Amino acid sequence: MRINCPHCGERDRREFYYMGDALALDRPARDAGVEAWDDYLHNRDNPAGATRDLWYHEGGCGAWIVVARDTVSHAVQGSALAAKVAS
Amino acid sequence: MARLIALGPFADLLPVKIGTVTCTEIVRDGLWSVAPYQGKAEAVSAQMQVQLGLGLSAVNRRDVAGETICQWIGHGQWLVNAPVALDGLAAVTDQSDGWAAVAIAGDAVTDVLARLLPLDLRAGVFATGQTARSLLDQMPVSITRTGAQQFEIMVMRSMAASLVQDLTVAMSGVAARDAP
Repeated sequence: MRINCPHCGERDRREFYYMGDALALDRPARDAGVEAWDDYLHNRDNPAGATRDLWYHEGGCGAWIVVARDTVSHAVQGSALAAKVAS
Repeated sequence: MARLIALGPFADLLPVKIGTVTCTEIVRDGLWSVAPYQGKAEAVSAQMQVQLGLGLSAVNRRDVAGETICQWIGHGQWLVNAPVALDGLAAVTDQSDGWAAVAIAGDAVTDVLARLLPLDLRAGVFATGQTARSLLDQMPVSITRTGAQQFEIMVMRSMAASLVQDLTVAMSGVAARDAP
């Protein structure tokens, strides 16, 4: 699998570290309540198909990126800097 | 008091010449990382232009003015080899002893590096002044093209001996293939 880093271009997947669903960027408000926080911290879908994951380019530029990919076909559709997605 | 003799990170491991490729140590007086605070990149660039004659270089680029370099070294981070005062604009960290740098040059230099790095380093794609972060045999490195057949590789100082080991193995392999 090859991932497109917004800074470095297309690189081998082994340069990246996987961090799970990009849901982690959507932090609930401080007073959002127990259920929202429980959801944010613990509950993840396990989709067959389109996912949005966080990857860390540890063997490269050190940026966190959001990668859209398909867990069935392994196609990587796109990527963006997490710093930009979150802001 | 006895004067201490400073040794570079490569001590007596370099220089090395195998076949057409030569590897020599690059010694710099100091290195600083510059990480602009959020939204301050333009102001940092302007200040550096005044102080060093070089602004922040573009992503994947190294700019040179005389002996001074400014090099992109990762997400939101640059490396310069002269002290800069950027109070309130950027985090400036002394990394002089953090990096070890080698110059590798020669006709077959891209063949040698092709054995170690998963990057397309041909001149048409990776021109002089271009820099990249990647893995050299699993070591995080920064590689920059500094001339037609010449590159600079920077590694964490603790990895200096491993870098020389990897480079000499690759250089020997390429030289053996090229031998008549």
